[in-house]
Amino acid sequence: MFDNFPLWPVRASTGAGNVDALYIFLLALSAFMCLAIFAMILLFATRYRRRRGIEAEQIEGSSALEITWSIIPLAIFMVIFTWGAVIYFNERTPPRGASEVYVVAKQWMWKLQHQEGQREINELHVPVGRDVKLIMTSQDVIHSFYVPAFRIKQDVIPGRYTTAWFRATKPGVYHLFCSQYCGTMHSGMIGQVVVMEPAQYEAWLSGGGTTGSLAASGESLFQQLGCPTCHRSDTQGRGPNLVGIFGKPVQLEDGRTVVADENYIRESILSPSAKIVSGFKPIMPVFQGLVGEEQLTALVAYVKSLSPSPAGAAGTPGLAPAGNRSQNP
Amino acid sequence: MSDSPIAVEQHGPELLHHFVDAEQQRDAASLGMWLFLATEIMFFGGMFCAYLIYRFWYYNEFAAGSRSLDIWLGTINTAVLICSSLTVALGVRAAQMGKRKLLVVLLLLTIVFGFAFLGIKGVEWYDKYKEHHIPGRSFNASDLEKPPYSNGGIDQQHEQIYFSLYFAMTGLHALHMIIGVGIFVFLTFYAWKGRYTPKYYTPIEMGGLYWHFVDIVWIYLFPLLYLIDRKPLR
Amino acid sequence: MATAAITAEREHYLNQEYGIRSWLLTTDHKRIALLYLISITFFFFVGGFFALLIRLELLTPAGDLVQADTYNKLFSMHGQVMIFFFLIPSIPAVLGNFLVPLMIGAKDLAFPRINLLSWYLYIIAGLIYIHCIVTGGVDTGWTFYTPFSTAFSNTKVIEAGIAIFIAGFSSILTGLNFVVTIHRMRAPGMTWSRLPLFIWAHYATSIIQLLGTPVLAITLLLVVFERAFNLGIFDPTRGGDPLLFQHLFWFYSHPAVYIMILPAMAVESEVVACFTRKRIFGYNFVAMSSIAIAVFGFLVWAHHMFVAGISLYAALVFSILSYLVAVPSAIKVFNWTATMYKGSISFTTPMLYAFGFIGLFTMGGLTGLFLACLGIDVHVHDTYFIIAHFHYIMVGGAVMGYLGGLHFWWPKISGRMYPEGWGRLAALLVFVGFNLTFFPQFILGYMGMPRRYWQYPPEFQVLNVLSTAGSTILAVGYVLPMVYFLWSMRYGKLAEDNPWGAAGLEWKTSSPPPTFNFDEAPEVTWEAYNYEEIPAPAEVQVER
Repeated sequence: MFDNFPLWPVRASTGAGNVDALYIFLLALSAFMCLAIFAMILLFATRYRRRRGIEAEQIEGSSALEITWSIIPLAIFMVIFTWGAVIYFNERTPPRGASEVYVVAKQWMWKLQHQEGQREINELHVPVGRDVKLIMTSQDVIHSFYVPAFRIKQDVIPGRYTTAWFRATKPGVYHLFCSQYCGTMHSGMIGQVVVMEPAQYEAWLSGGGTTGSLAASGESLFQQLGCPTCHRSDTQGRGPNLVGIFGKPVQLEDGRTVVADENYIRESILSPSAKIVSGFKPIMPVFQGLVGEEQLTALVAYVKSLSPSPAGAAGTPGLAPAGNRSQNP
Repeated sequence: MSDSPIAVEQHGPELLHHFVDAEQQRDAASLGMWLFLATEIMFFGGMFCAYLIYRFWYYNEFAAGSRSLDIWLGTINTAVLICSSLTVALGVRAAQMGKRKLLVVLLLLTIVFGFAFLGIKGVEWYDKYKEHHIPGRSFNASDLEKPPYSNGGIDQQHEQIYFSLYFAMTGLHALHMIIGVGIFVFLTFYAWKGRYTPKYYTPIEMGGLYWHFVDIVWIYLFPLLYLIDRKPLR
Repeated sequence: MATAAITAEREHYLNQEYGIRSWLLTTDHKRIALLYLISITFFFFVGGFFALLIRLELLTPAGDLVQADTYNKLFSMHGQVMIFFFLIPSIPAVLGNFLVPLMIGAKDLAFPRINLLSWYLYIIAGLIYIHCIVTGGVDTGWTFYTPFSTAFSNTKVIEAGIAIFIAGFSSILTGLNFVVTIHRMRAPGMTWSRLPLFIWAHYATSIIQLLGTPVLAITLLLVVFERAFNLGIFDPTRGGDPLLFQHLFWFYSHPAVYIMILPAMAVESEVVACFTRKRIFGYNFVAMSSIAIAVFGFLVWAHHMFVAGISLYAALVFSILSYLVAVPSAIKVFNWTATMYKGSISFTTPMLYAFGFIGLFTMGGLTGLFLACLGIDVHVHDTYFIIAHFHYIMVGGAVMGYLGGLHFWWPKISGRMYPEGWGRLAALLVFVGFNLTFFPQFILGYMGMPRRYWQYPPEFQVLNVLSTAGSTILAVGYVLPMVYFLWSMRYGKLAEDNPWGAAGLEWKTSSPPPTFNFDEAPEVTWEAYNYEEIPAPAEVQVER
């Protein structure tokens, strides 16, 4: 609209249009309801204003009316609910094969790292038309990753990973806000998302000096920390073989089954005894306090890279690599 | 109800001026007390909710922490509290029958049991202090043993959550006990003065309800905190 | 009806005793209501002062009026003061305290001394909180989210937490008193179906106070313990779950919204009935919708956490439940509107506030539908859209209700009439100022301006300036009533016993009422809102 007085946020992702459509529907509905109620009040207030000699007519109420104006709104509400739920479901389900960006939030900055290894601070470069999945965690308090132009927002919580995803549709520079209050410079914890044409993006990617992909730095860290002595790529290790486990269900020692997602790998590094894979002993040292959030993301990225990209959902449940050595007490 | 104008005169505690009759007053007091207990349930409910979640997540640590508590002191304390509830119940009966001396004796006994409970609890806390099991910088739970049937280990950090809950729950319970003892000191004083009669013993009854409630909270705390996993270690 | 001369000499609750002791040690619910009136007015202006500073800071995109830390304290303390020290006690502790016994024909609340105790608890809490403000304040936001509040904030979190903990018990005891009073102290003939809707809504409110507040109390206590004694229940570095805090916090703090709005709905029903001279349309449905709100209100808390990291399915459940709680609120609005049909409507100050209430509450409620809607909430959560929405409910709804009620019962409380012309002017100012302040914030929110921002990108400035401009008008609208209420206590026209020609037991006793409320114990033989049997007063019959 006006340059320094816009009234509508830019739409720059595939999801933004859906949210706007529902929002406009709700606006229209609310405007209609408001106008209807205000018109009634205005009408009654003028038509039935107090006059000498005219008494109010006592009306008891009407169950039929009450039921009507309970059921009809409820039905409309259910439509809104369903519509909103579908959008939310899409927002919460990243598509397969999305390229991944690891986000570490801290008071008061965003640190981002691409799969390919590029690190950025308070800036995120992405190409148009590619699905990008954000895997986020916080070093201190709760933050929230908010890009109004994409209509996405997700709290970033210490001690676990949360995810969000988007596919940008329009080149440009957009606000990145922290929307969960996080202390003194909460309002300074802002950055920008730079959406580029694919060609420009490739140029940008090759431009910055990088130390290799995230998974590669994860691998060298994996070696450094001595992980391969137990996590061998055969079945002879004292720890589970990590090849191919990502995204697969894992049979735990106490009988439960969990899916080996980012949060599980993270927890297994920080406090290994929490969920022991069936058939193994709790001998792994605790890495809480020894590896920082960024090193963790590298390790997680490395473990993920050991599982080749999803070859469909062909995974058979019994495939958890750890489950093949049973030595239960 | 009578149509006579309201007389502004002195009323005893057995019928306050704004009530129509003693029955209304008693009903009001008892409804009020039950509602208060309902809020107390919600109050402890917050902690029970936290307990449930963390016990589900960190079972090994909870089991190990539970085993480190002194089961004998806990059991004795449970017995002490049950006895105190008995003396309170008998006290209400004594008040109903107008036996003043018996009432005073029973109330005093309750207070003694209350102090006994708090004393034993204090000993337990002091033991925990000596063992460095109080959450914080000097926390150290390396002496705790993991459950033998479990391959899992003990996570020091998660163990702190168990002890945080242990101290929060038993601490607030003890605070309720202290308030309860205070109430009973007050009740004993007026019982000794002869304020309570078979016609008017509502305070004794209400104090009793409170005491039973605090007792019941302990009846839940004891198994939840002490008896998580008491299988023999080896 | 009593003439002016007689009223002036007659003994009533205000002149029966004099001296500071007779006020500070009173157990009369009417005097305690006045004690509350004075104390919450004080806190209202404290909170309002913080609000003005916030609005002034936001005039420009740069953070230039106050420091970032100061700003964070301002909005935190604005929220805590307004919610815990003004809104929650506002209508229940002032109007409810004054009117519940009068409306059901009782001499006092069931536990007068506990009533006084809850005022003292409130005052103790208030003093602790003021101490907290003057010695440094608190910067956690009113929500105390962990782990910021437990491990990172350097401010007086413990003090603020304890103050709110104590204020919570004041609120619990008030609720307890009301429930027992409504159950046990009704006059003969005052059956449940004859209760004024004011009582029904207060009954529902009290249930929430009783069952919700203790959960907040324990949650804040755990935060205090975590800071003070190093316990680690919400500490993520020890495996604690910060989301558990949010669940426990919102388990109270969502129903708390209904603690604030239900009493305003209570006032609304009385005022609309009186100035349309009609029985409320669908009495049973309005009464039951209050109870339904209280019940459903406990089942929707996690709709504050759609982007906080709860599971997809939990979000779906809480979204659908949130829509259920919207239905009873809608029923109320429809019924008030229907009540006006074929009424005999006069435009007194309380009725103007009632019109304002319906308008603003409708808009607040409708924008609530946006927030309950998962797809929209992700975008507008924690933005100014939320700020605008809950101010429409809590200021547009609750404060409008409170002011309307204060005007409506002022003749009963003080025995004097407030100046009608000034009253209407203030009502108008509040309505206009309110909309100017908060409507732009809806647009800001959808544009993406996050809440609790000390500085902001320049494209948001125009709307922020509008909002600040509106807030000054709003401020004038709030100061005016305080001035003319004080003025009227001395110079106002003496009020008749029933100046509005209203139904309800409170209007059958004198203005102001005697210490024990009724000279003769009332016996109720009529239905609520029997306006056909009550003559309309000549004065408000004037056409406009």
